[in-house]
Amino acid sequence: MSVLIIIDAAEGSIKKSAFEALSYGADLAAQLGVTATGVALGKTEGDLSALGQYGVNKIVQVNGDQARSDDPSVLASLLTALVTREQATVVVFSHSLAGKAIAPLLSAKCKAGLVTGAVGLPTTENGFVVKRSVFSGKAFAHVRIDSALKLISINPNSYKINTGGSAATVESVLLTAAAPRITITKKQKSSNELLLTEAETVVSAGRGMKGPENWGMIEELANVMGAATACSRPVADAHWRPHNEHVGQTGIAIAPTLYIAIGISGAIQHLAGVNRSKVIVVINKDPEAPFFKAADYGIVGDAFEVVPAFTAAVKKLKGV
Amino acid sequence: MKILVCISKTPDTTAKIAFTDNNTKFDTAGVQWIINPYDEWYALVRAIEIKESKPDTVLHLATVGVADADPIIRKALALGGDEAFRINLDGADSFQVAFQLAQLIAKGGYDLILTGKETIDFNGSSLGGLIAGINDLPYISLATKLDIADAKAIVTREIEGGEEVCEVNFPVVVSAQKGMAEARIPNMRGIMAARTKPLTVVEPVTQEPLTSVTAFELPPAKAGVKLIAPDQVEELVRLLNQEAKVL
Repeated sequence: MSVLIIIDAAEGSIKKSAFEALSYGADLAAQLGVTATGVALGKTEGDLSALGQYGVNKIVQVNGDQARSDDPSVLASLLTALVTREQATVVVFSHSLAGKAIAPLLSAKCKAGLVTGAVGLPTTENGFVVKRSVFSGKAFAHVRIDSALKLISINPNSYKINTGGSAATVESVLLTAAAPRITITKKQKSSNELLLTEAETVVSAGRGMKGPENWGMIEELANVMGAATACSRPVADAHWRPHNEHVGQTGIAIAPTLYIAIGISGAIQHLAGVNRSKVIVVINKDPEAPFFKAADYGIVGDAFEVVPAFTAAVKKLKGV
Repeated sequence: MKILVCISKTPDTTAKIAFTDNNTKFDTAGVQWIINPYDEWYALVRAIEIKESKPDTVLHLATVGVADADPIIRKALALGGDEAFRINLDGADSFQVAFQLAQLIAKGGYDLILTGKETIDFNGSSLGGLIAGINDLPYISLATKLDIADAKAIVTREIEGGEEVCEVNFPVVVSAQKGMAEARIPNMRGIMAARTKPLTVVEPVTQEPLTSVTAFELPPAKAGVKLIAPDQVEELVRLLNQEAKVL
C-alpha cells in the first residue's frame, strides 16, 4: 500500500509546490502506516534520491516519451497503471496547472473521489475527511472521500516543507499509455520571473499608481524584497500591466506569506484572490479603503512618498 | 458544428458567506444567484462569438440543478444559444454532476464542450477534466484563446510562466478562463427571445457521488489592522521583520 505523490515539474525543473506535496504525502503515509512514493514523470533535473529529505521513502521515475507528453490524458493513463502497480490508496497532486489538468482525468478513470485545493492533512476518525478552501478563500469545507482510492490536490503555499529525511530509493519504470491527441504547435514563455503562485512575498499595485509609467518604484520595492509583482483588475484591463499579473476573483488566487497592496482599494473581488495571504500590508491614501479591514498592517499615505521610503528601509534592514 | 456550454449557478461575488444547520449548509438567505462568471464571460461568450462567425453552428447550454436554476439558464439564453437542458438533480459533488453531463454529451454528438475554469463557490477546477475522463475525450484546461480552423480546435492554454498553442480534433472538452472573451450584457431582443427558446428538463441517471461535505468553517477573523504613520515606514519594516517575522 502506498501514497503516491505526483512531482510537479516545469521543463524538468522541480517546483516548490512539489516539495510541499512530497512533505504532505510523506506525513500522510506516516499517518496511514504505508509507503510514501514520489512519482517523477519524464526527465527531471538533479538527484531524485535527494527528494528523500522531504520524508518520502521511494521515487518512481516514469521514463519514455509518453511520460513527457503534453496531453494530460496520456499522463492520467500512465498514472492509472501506476496506481495499480504501486497499490496506491491515495494520490497527492499540487493544485497547479498540471494538477488541475491531470487529477480530474485520473479521478474519472479510476472513479476515485477528488478533493482539490486541500489546505491540511486528512482526519480519519469519521471517514477520510480533507479540509479544503472554498468560496474563493472566504471559507473552508471539510470533505469526506468515500471511494477506495482517494485523490487530493493541495493548494500552493499551504503546507510546511519537511527537512532532514534520508535518501529515497529510486526506481525507473516504463509504462505504456494511449496515444496523445493534442499537438503543441507553439510555446511562448512570457518571462522567467518568479511565479506569482509560488512567491513568498508579493508586491501588488492598483489604480492609485495613476499610470504604467509609475511602476518603476513598485518593481524596485519588489526587487529588494525578492518579491513577485502583481496588480488589480482595473490595472490589467487598462493594459498598464500584463494580465498574468492580475490577482483576484477572475485573475489568479495567491497565498503568499506577505502581500503588500499599494493603491488598491480592496474590492471584495480582489480580496477573494489574496485573502489566504498570511500577512497583508495595505498602503492607501484613502483611510476608508475597504482593504484596511482585511489588513494586518496599514499606512494611510501617498504611495509616491511611502513606497520609496519603504524600499530604502528594506535596503537598510538587509544591509544593501 | 455543435457546441455545448456547461453552466453553473453560483452566489454573486459579493454574497455574504455564512452557514446554517450546524455549519453543514450554505446560508442562501438574501443571496443573489448569478451564472458562474467563468462559464458566462469566457465559455458562453466565446461560443456565441463562434456561432456569430459560423451561423450554422448549433449552440446548446446545459446545467445540472433543480428548478431554481431556471432563471440562470434563461439569463444565459438571453446572451445567446439555441436551446438549453437542465438535468434535474441537486448535484452533491463534481463527479456526480460531470457524470450527468457526460451522458447528455454522449447522446448529443457535440464537437466542442466548454466549461468555465472553475466555479466561484467550490473552486474545484475539475468539471471539464471529469467529463473528458468519463467520456474519454481529449481535455485542454485553462484555455485563454480558442479558434476553429480546418475542423480542428486551435487552443491557447496557460503553462507555467507562459502559454502554448495546441491543436486537437473534435470532439474535445475545453475549460475557459480570462482572455478567451469579454463579458457581454444581454440586450432586450435577447431577453425576449430567451423566453421562447426550448428549455428541456432531463431526468438524471443514477450515479452516487464520490465525496460529500461534512462541515463548513469560516476562517478566524483578522485581529484588526495596525496603522503606522506614513513617516514611520522604518517602523513598519521593523514590525514585519520582528513581530510578523515575514521579512
